[in-house]
Parts: sequence; structure tokens; C-alpha cells
Amino acid sequence: MTAETRSGGDALIQVQNLKMHFPVTKGIILKRTVGAVKAVDGLNFSIRKGETLGLVGESGCGKSTTGRAILQLHRPTDGEVLFRDSDSGTVHDLTRLNGEALRRMRRKVQMIFQDPYASLNPRMTVGDIIGEPIAVHGLRQGKAAIRERVQELLSLVGLNPYFVNRYPHEFSGGQRQRIGIARALAVEPEFVVCDEPVSALDVSIQAQVINLLEDLQDRLGLTYLFIAHGLAVVKHISDRVAVMYLGKVVELAEGRKLYSVPRHPYTQALLSAVPIPDPVVERQRRRIILEGDVPSPINPPSGCHFHTRCPIAFERCKQEEPPFVEYEPGHYAACWRASESIELMERAATVAQSAAFVRPAASGA
Amino acid sequence: MATSPLLSVEHLEVQFKTQDGIVRAVNDVTFHVDRGETLGIVGESGSGKSVTAMSLMRLIPNPPGKIAGGRVMFDGEDLLQLSEPDMRHIRGNRIAMIFQDPMTSLNPVLTIGRQITESLELHMKLSNREARRRAVELLQMVGIPSADRRLDDYPHQFSGGMRQRVMIAMGLSCNPELLIADEPTTALDVTIQAQILELIKRLQHELGTAVIIITHDLGVVAGMADRVQVMYAGRIVEEGPTSEIFAQPRMPYTIGLLRSIPRLDDEQGRKLNPIRGLPPDLINLPQICPFSPRCDYFQAGQCDAQVPPLRDVAPDHRAACLFDITLETPVTAGDPVSA
Repeated sequence: MTAETRSGGDALIQVQNLKMHFPVTKGIILKRTVGAVKAVDGLNFSIRKGETLGLVGESGCGKSTTGRAILQLHRPTDGEVLFRDSDSGTVHDLTRLNGEALRRMRRKVQMIFQDPYASLNPRMTVGDIIGEPIAVHGLRQGKAAIRERVQELLSLVGLNPYFVNRYPHEFSGGQRQRIGIARALAVEPEFVVCDEPVSALDVSIQAQVINLLEDLQDRLGLTYLFIAHGLAVVKHISDRVAVMYLGKVVELAEGRKLYSVPRHPYTQALLSAVPIPDPVVERQRRRIILEGDVPSPINPPSGCHFHTRCPIAFERCKQEEPPFVEYEPGHYAACWRASESIELMERAATVAQSAAFVRPAASGA
Repeated sequence: MATSPLLSVEHLEVQFKTQDGIVRAVNDVTFHVDRGETLGIVGESGSGKSVTAMSLMRLIPNPPGKIAGGRVMFDGEDLLQLSEPDMRHIRGNRIAMIFQDPMTSLNPVLTIGRQITESLELHMKLSNREARRRAVELLQMVGIPSADRRLDDYPHQFSGGMRQRVMIAMGLSCNPELLIADEPTTALDVTIQAQILELIKRLQHELGTAVIIITHDLGVVAGMADRVQVMYAGRIVEEGPTSEIFAQPRMPYTIGLLRSIPRLDDEQGRKLNPIRGLPPDLINLPQICPFSPRCDYFQAGQCDAQVPPLRDVAPDHRAACLFDITLETPVTAGDPVSA
């Protein structure tokens, strides 16, 4: 697909002020809500038709919850998820749909799961696994037609069509992931949330699955939300990338921009922490070693959530939450010091490296 | 004879009995580790890298596993011939190990302090109070704040990165000569991984410990290891200095791995070149090059006629390929997408 068609077109998905809070309760008989895990806390972004939006962040930042909340696998606490149905041209707010109406929309939005071992029912054959959504949505009538469609899907994802009667345990991890992909594509969706689709796979198999996802996108005009913690993989597959930290998007930009001139100190630290498989490059890099661990999302720090680990935080960061501002066309960041952060972090990198030797961690577990 | 290496493994064979037959997890593996150096072992799941490490410590569960042959010479002694009490004196004392999963490798019902002091009292014959003092020092060394208070905490009160620090403190408690780190950062986030790798590097520099780091992440090896050895289907298929392996890989598997991973410093839009097919089944491995069914340089009649020996291809650089890869041209076959 050309860059033009990827970036052009209207927003297929528009997420507005999305919040997903999970209540924390106390007591067994008389349950009282004593707080909330703010897993996702006010997200705004849109995904254009045919593009891949990468969503990166460390474990617990809320990236998987975001994917699930968009698909209504968790019902969001607040916010809107607007989906443009290209068949009818109408825009639906998925968060307001219920019952049959929601079920019909599910055909358009699908998910590929991380763990190819846990996400396939071990007692169903591959044919039943992929055929079930086809039957449920009535896309093909009759057993023979469904079976034919399943075989078509199997060859689409690079598996032998004769595998229909086999069970998941007969397949390797990479092959299972292909079955998961075939199942998601069985209902001819427009939008697919890929939740860490290659993290559980071996290095030599990851590239096969990534190439398959790219290939399918080109052939079927799919739109992806690609959730992963591996920054190199996300860079490879995404057109635009959003970085999450503690339930908020801290930076969003075109892939090339985000990786070459990151504005947010967290993005900068994250990028500097990824090892590069080249000893010459790797040994000359200056690392920004962040101190401590990610704070709890039950009681996130005041002001900017990142200020407790940020090497360049100043007084204002502790008090006021920075707004999500567009610094360049299409390049958003939520940082009070975004305009000077690159320069400041450059200096912090040297300091952090020597400071890591003296006190590698500031906060407790 | 020059100074002998700290550890030298010769023709190690490890097998597991299963219902379907004998799995040859490690096949004729020979390597060495010098004092103070870092050896990186790279491979995918099932390549035998962890089993190799476990057999050095004689931790292979028996049955179903069995060390079927070979020698593990550690400082002049064959570890495989030692009695169990003698081995216990080596384990944790002179060779220590850090495991992948810091969640399951600590005992949940003992305090961190008890777990660290146990080996100090056993191996270093320290008194209760001395051991506790040393444990505080160790926790401070690996960067755990308010170490004195945290000694009385249980593993679940620590985060993943902190638990891995505790594991490292335990590993280093008796000043081992060799530290085996089996995927020490795989379960951790990147920013925490950077902290832990930095910590291992620093401690190694300060204490002069030799380190074997086992990982599937070529990036980690690039930054940490002096030498790298690549394993595939239970064999070492390439071995050499880190810079050589990355700049001039000589085994098609290594070449394939390097080309198939996305890199952070890649140009936008580069197409990945996956290795086609799947790793072989380790039961009934035929006597052929184990990588040949997936290899772009495969030549019928040669690659499927013998197991290529690990041979010298450049100074200090060995590869298990019959051909000089620099002279061959790849014969690309098959659809790279299909499994």
C-alpha cells in the first residue's frame, strides 16, 4: 500500500476521552468501593482507515485495556468510541450500543490475542474455531459453504487447508497465531486490534507473523491498532505511534518523527533502553536509566504522572498536569518541557549513567 | 599449556525420555568460559541453551532427564563426577544462577532476608548476625532502598525488577567465580531491563565474576557479551567474538536471525526477511545439518548427508556449516509467508 492511501481517508475509529476505571473494593459481605484502578484515564486519538496505529508502553500502562475498551470487551467508565461503518457510512458510538446492535458491530471490529495457547479452545477443531464466527454472523449458509470458507481463510494465513480437522495442540505457537488471525478475519472485519500478537513467539517466527499481518493489511485494506511493548516491532509495522504511561497517552506522532525526535522524556528514556543488536552501535549509546518502578495506578502521582521518575522534572510538573499539545503538525506530547526536553535529556543521560552506579533505584517496590 | 579456562564443557549430551521417544536436548556441546569474561548464549526456545546451563549446575530433573555423556570441567574438576554433597558445595557458592522468572524462583513463604542468609550461613559459615549484616550490604549493592527494613519483607511485597535484584544479590552472596544468568531480563520491562543489565555489568566489573548470559534477545548479547555462541536444535552452530558474529556471521541460521529481527535503528519500510519453516523436532533428529530444511544455502547431497562439524572459519571464530558462506549465493526457495 502506498503512503498516500495509508494516511488519507477519514477517521475509522475516533476515541474521545476514553476512561476505564476498575473499582477496588473492601469487605466480603458489605462490599464498599474504596478506590479505583485508573487503567485508562482520558484518551483521545483517532485511527484513519487503512493505517496502523502502534500503542506502546510498559506492563500496567493500560495499553491492553485500551484495546479491550475500544472493542467493548470492557465497558468503558466514560468517553466515546466512534466507529464509522463504511458500508452504511454512518457513525456509531460503540459505548452506547447494546445487545443485538453491539453484536452486529462486533463483526466489523475484531481482536488478535497475545497468547496463542490460551486463546484457542483446545477441544474444538480448527474448522470449528474459525467456522463458529462465520455461522454466528450468518456469513455463509450450510456446513459445506462454511467449511469451504474456512479452508480459504487457512490458505490466506499460510496454513494448509487440510488442517481443518486438527486440534490446536497439534500446532506450533506461530501456527496457532495464524489460526487466531484467521478466526479474526473470518467475519471480514474492517478494524483489528492486535494485542501483542508476536510477543509469545520465537524470534525467527515473529518476522513471519509480522509479514503476514502487513500482507493481509495490503490485500484486505485492514486498519490495525497494534499493541506491543517491543518498540522495534511497533516502529516496523506502524504508521503512527502512541506512547502510554500510567493510563494516559504521553506522546503521539508519525512513526518516523516519534523515533527520531521524541518530545516526551519518557519516550526518550524508553527508546534509549531498547538494546540494538549491533555491538558497535550498542556500545557507543548513551542510556537514560530511569529510576525506580512504575507507580501504582490506584494512586497515581499528582501533576504529571511521570514526574517521580523524570530526570528533568521541575516544580510545575508536580502540581499541574501537562496538556496534550500539538507541537508540530501531527506530533502531540504531554510535557511542560517538551520544547526543550531533547537538549535537557541529553545532559541527563550522562548524569543518569553515573548516578545509576551510586543509587540505581529511588523508590521502593 | 596456557592458563586453563575457568569452565570447559566437553561433548556434553543431555537427553529427556518422553512418551514419544528420546529428546536429544543437548548434542555434543563443547565450549569454555575464561575467568572474568562474559559469554552470551543465544538461541530460540528448544535450542538447548537453558538445558545446557541447568546441566552445568547438575539441576536436570532425573528422571526424565539424563546427562548422557561429556565432561564439565570447572577449575580442574569434573562436576559430573562429584558426589551430591560436593556438588552442593559448588552450587550457589562457586557457581551461582539467576533464573528467568523472579516471581517463581523465590520462595513465597520465606522472607527475603532468610533466603539470602541461608546460603551465607551454609557456605560462608557466617553467624546469624554476620549473615544478616552481609545481606543488608548485598541488597544495598544491588540498589534496593532501605535494605535493612526490606530484609523482613516477603517476595510478593517486591516488584518484578526488585525481585530480580534480590535474585542477583542471592546469586552474588558467596562471591561466585561464575554467574549463570538464564534470560535474566525476559520477564521485565525495557526500562527495568536496562537497570538490571547495567547492574550486572557493574557488579561483574567490580567483582571480576565470569558470566554466562543466556538470552534470545540479540540486542542484550550485543551490549553485554565478549563472546557469543549461537545454539540451534541442541547444538552450537556458531561461536566467536561478539563483534565478529554480528559483523560477519558465517552460519546461515545466524545470518537469518539477524535479518529477521526489526531493529530500532532500521530505515522505515524495510521488509523483514523471516526464516521460513519451523525448528526441527528434537526426537529422531536425522544425521543431517539441523538447519538445512530452512536454509537458503542448502545443497542437496551435502547438507543432508552429514552433521556439519563446528570448524574454524576465521581466527577465534567457528561455524557449523560445510560451506564458506561468504562465497556462496543464497538459493531462495519457497514462499516465505507459508509455514
